[in-house]
Amino acid sequence: MSSEWPLWEVFIRGQHGLHHRHVGSLHAPDAEMAICNARDVYTRRNEGVSIWVVKSSDITASSPSEKGPLFEPSNAKVYRHPTFFEIPSEVGHM
Amino acid sequence: MYAQMVKAEGAKAREEMSEQERAFQDRIDRGEKIEPKDWMPEGYRKTLIRQIGQHAHSEIVGQLPEGNWITRAPTLERKAILLAKVQDEAGHGLYLYSAAETLGVSRDELLAALHGGRMKYSSIFNYPTLTWADIGMVGWLVDGAAIMNQVQLQKTSYGPYSRAMIRICKEESFHQRQGYDILMKMCLQGTPEQKAMAQDAMNRFWYPALMMFGPPDRDSVHSAQSMQWKIKINTNDELRQKFVDQTVPQAEYLGLTIPDPKLKWNDAKGGYDFSEPDWTEFFEVIAGNGPCNTERMEARITAWEDGAWFRKGLMAHARKRDARRAAARLAAE
Ligand SMILES: [Fe+2]
Ligand SMILES: [Fe+2]
Ligand SMILES: [Fe+2]
Repeated sequence: MSSEWPLWEVFIRGQHGLHHRHVGSLHAPDAEMAICNARDVYTRRNEGVSIWVVKSSDITASSPSEKGPLFEPSNAKVYRHPTFFEIPSEVGHM
Repeated sequence: MYAQMVKAEGAKAREEMSEQERAFQDRIDRGEKIEPKDWMPEGYRKTLIRQIGQHAHSEIVGQLPEGNWITRAPTLERKAILLAKVQDEAGHGLYLYSAAETLGVSRDELLAALHGGRMKYSSIFNYPTLTWADIGMVGWLVDGAAIMNQVQLQKTSYGPYSRAMIRICKEESFHQRQGYDILMKMCLQGTPEQKAMAQDAMNRFWYPALMMFGPPDRDSVHSAQSMQWKIKINTNDELRQKFVDQTVPQAEYLGLTIPDPKLKWNDAKGGYDFSEPDWTEFFEVIAGNGPCNTERMEARITAWEDGAWFRKGLMAHARKRDARRAAARLAAE
């Protein structure tokens, strides 16, 4: 059996209440070790207060060829942005 | 530089490109990033694996000459700083191996290629670090040259490589500054012997540092393709010139003499004229015949082989525990 450690994706939440953000990946034998390694590899300068690790093989990604069908429909829906609507200045801040 | 002689594949004129290749080149020309699952020409993928792999290998082999002085640093503070610096280099290697892995090669495969002599690392790490001044010199000149190269690579077309470079660049200036700080102490406050030691280190590291940027543009056969793909942004000679121009005033401040009688400011080009390193020596070192090539590879291979039982043991433990957990879950259902 291969002794190559599986790959994990690492997510870190920074200091200021933001979402966990993907920062990279690393190899580790299990989740606990992945967290230990993530601390050493990705938070040597106080980059985070919380770490998530997920096995890379457990991630499902959209494929580049689906880019059109997935994301193009939203281009046509400009009314989703507040700037679409003109509000008279008399009514004040809205 | 950290990737000095990367063979690029498949240079093609626009007319020779397939429609898919042309669309790919257009994306690069527009400044879009290429991501792992996107279509890419086989030559682009292979060249990147070579370049990123070589870069990663340089980071981890680069730990060896500095690691040599961790136990002999002159103060506890210097020791802690050097330890942190060398640990950063391990991190840099890991970011880069991960970036290479997104191209469909595993880290173990890359390491096997390094240990088997099928992949290279930067020539600079085949020179010995004989004195404490060498550690200052490595931080100042070697990391300085590395930064020069890495800053431009932040704009490289391959997303994971570019992101690794951005991370690395954030950490590098500490490396260069700690080296310069060592030399300021020795050159400006040190004894005559310490100053002489720094000058001796300068004499030994100057030309090897210039070699880090790779062969001169006139002999750099693979640059055109790599630049077209934006996996290389500046030419070797451009970066070397920038490095010399930046370094000369820093050497002057330390009172160190750059070992080049031809070094002279050239008003017309707005930069220094300087002597080229001995390219025969460079090719010898790349071919495996530098002063420390054998020692470096032995250290790498020994570390890898001595760690095998440990890597296997942790893996076996993880599998066993997973199985035990699965069985407990089943029993509870
Ligand atoms: Fe580095
Ligand atoms: Fe560095
Ligand atoms: Fe380095």
